[in-house]
Amino acid sequence: MSLVTCSSNQFPLSSNVRSSAGPSSNNLRSFFDVSHLGGEQRRHKSRNSRRMSSITAYYGLKSPPYELDALEPYMSQRTLEVHWGAHQRGYVEALNKHLEKNDILYGYTMDELIKVTYNNGNPWPEFNSAAQVWNHDFFWESMQPGGGEMPTLGLLQQIEKDFGSFINFREKFIEAALTSFGSCWVWLVLKREKKCLAIVKTSNAINPLVWNDIPITGLDLWEHAYYLDYKNDRAKYVNTFMDHLVSWDAAAARMARAQAFVNLGEPKIPVA
Amino acid sequence: MAAAAAFATPLKCTFSTSHNVSGSTRGLHWRKNERSVKRAYRGVITAKIDHKPPPYALEALEPHMSLETFEYHWGKHHRAYVDNLNKQIVGTELDTKSLDEIILATYNKGDLLPPFNNAAQVWNHEFFWESMKPGGGGQPSGELAELIKRDFGSFEAFVSEFKAAAATQFGSGWAWLVYKANRLDVGNAVNPLPSEEDKKLVVVKSPNAINPLVYDYSPLLTIDVWEHAYYLDYQNRRPEYISTFMEKLVSWDAVSLRLEAAKARAAEREREEERERDEYEGNSQTEPQPVEMYLSDTEDSEAD
Repeated sequence: MSLVTCSSNQFPLSSNVRSSAGPSSNNLRSFFDVSHLGGEQRRHKSRNSRRMSSITAYYGLKSPPYELDALEPYMSQRTLEVHWGAHQRGYVEALNKHLEKNDILYGYTMDELIKVTYNNGNPWPEFNSAAQVWNHDFFWESMQPGGGEMPTLGLLQQIEKDFGSFINFREKFIEAALTSFGSCWVWLVLKREKKCLAIVKTSNAINPLVWNDIPITGLDLWEHAYYLDYKNDRAKYVNTFMDHLVSWDAAAARMARAQAFVNLGEPKIPVA
Repeated sequence: MAAAAAFATPLKCTFSTSHNVSGSTRGLHWRKNERSVKRAYRGVITAKIDHKPPPYALEALEPHMSLETFEYHWGKHHRAYVDNLNKQIVGTELDTKSLDEIILATYNKGDLLPPFNNAAQVWNHEFFWESMKPGGGGQPSGELAELIKRDFGSFEAFVSEFKAAAATQFGSGWAWLVYKANRLDVGNAVNPLPSEEDKKLVVVKSPNAINPLVYDYSPLLTIDVWEHAYYLDYQNRRPEYISTFMEKLVSWDAVSLRLEAAKARAAEREREEERERDEYEGNSQTEPQPVEMYLSDTEDSEAD
């Protein structure tokens, strides 16, 4: 069962779909028209292909749920422009290029695509692109203008249950972020089997979906995420994220959804 | 990718495990001698790895690599690796070793000990600064050029392979031109038919802090493709950074010098092995035969 997250980007096969999912992908306005299902997929290039790039869009570049300058001064507009507009766009285009070549992957949801291409630790080339697209969508939604502070209600209770206190969790999260080496991500996840929250570090493009865990919030520790604003000062970046950027509302929403899949113990009225 | 999976160790729900080293240190007693640490004057680092500056002024590589990049890359990143390494090794048995020795000891056959990342990054960065020079670029000459032609087909083919390796190293890492003496020295295998042809130039790429010393190769040239190396100047345009590096920054003189050194080292090693083998064979006439690795009815000859 794939977890439906708020960042699934799949375009339905059987309809004419505009690839722009909103105000975002202005550059990928290619229409595509899939006339057949079941084995035979014909992808017609856009009628306007002379003007646009000739990439057939399976996935689009989803824009963050706020303006690019909304996270100033903690994350500058320039960072968002390069990080979202260049890096993530590059991952999306790479993913689309891969999918063009490989029919067998057509039709998967993003979550399924990640799990399949992870191939239990021996990933296919598509994995890096797919996972990075998902990771970045998740990351934008994990932040909000006026973020930070503390979680509330059920999420706070669960954190206190699994980490002792919110302060302790925050310390552990920051420690995990500062002790990770190279390009990586740090996540707060809900572990399905253990039925508790945990902090997980992953390297490069890996994310907790491949172990079937449910991510609640995440932090991008690739240098491109903070270099323009903080240069080498990773500690300041991580502290700023925890103090001013992390969106506990989004985390609470994911936690609420996760409770539909993981039985956390005594029957609880869902957290909202 | 097994390394990547192993890296992603989940912390337990209520406690986080800090780097627990005691289980994986066969042969290397990696534990700080508490007494000697306390004796060290507080605030003064006594270990000796230096923070070597590049062999040119920090602004000498403008506009291809800016002064600001150097100030951060050399002045903060490289310096931090040096300081952290010194803090980690002071009072341990690694304290008196050279950088190369520390790298090989802490690589621990892939099960990295904590000082490895810092030690390897110090070595890598020193190597990287020396791989560049103001007014660099152009083409190699002499024996290096011939070897490149022999092993890659042409200089252009080498350049495109090197650029591809650097561009496709996902995440943080390095791309290298190495001299490979193919000695198959893995402790229980010997190259049965060694020849001069086996020694060749190869392009390799490595993730994070790993460098070809741990594979027993001789590095000749490297490019740093960690994002901190190019982000201030090129942001995400890594291919542009790599092209600029190849066209304007590479110091082929340094590479040629390293090649000579590598060949000399390889020749020296071979001579030593010859000597050892001769000695051994001289002695073994009265001693029992060495253990055959591949036990079979037919006689296996170890070497010529």
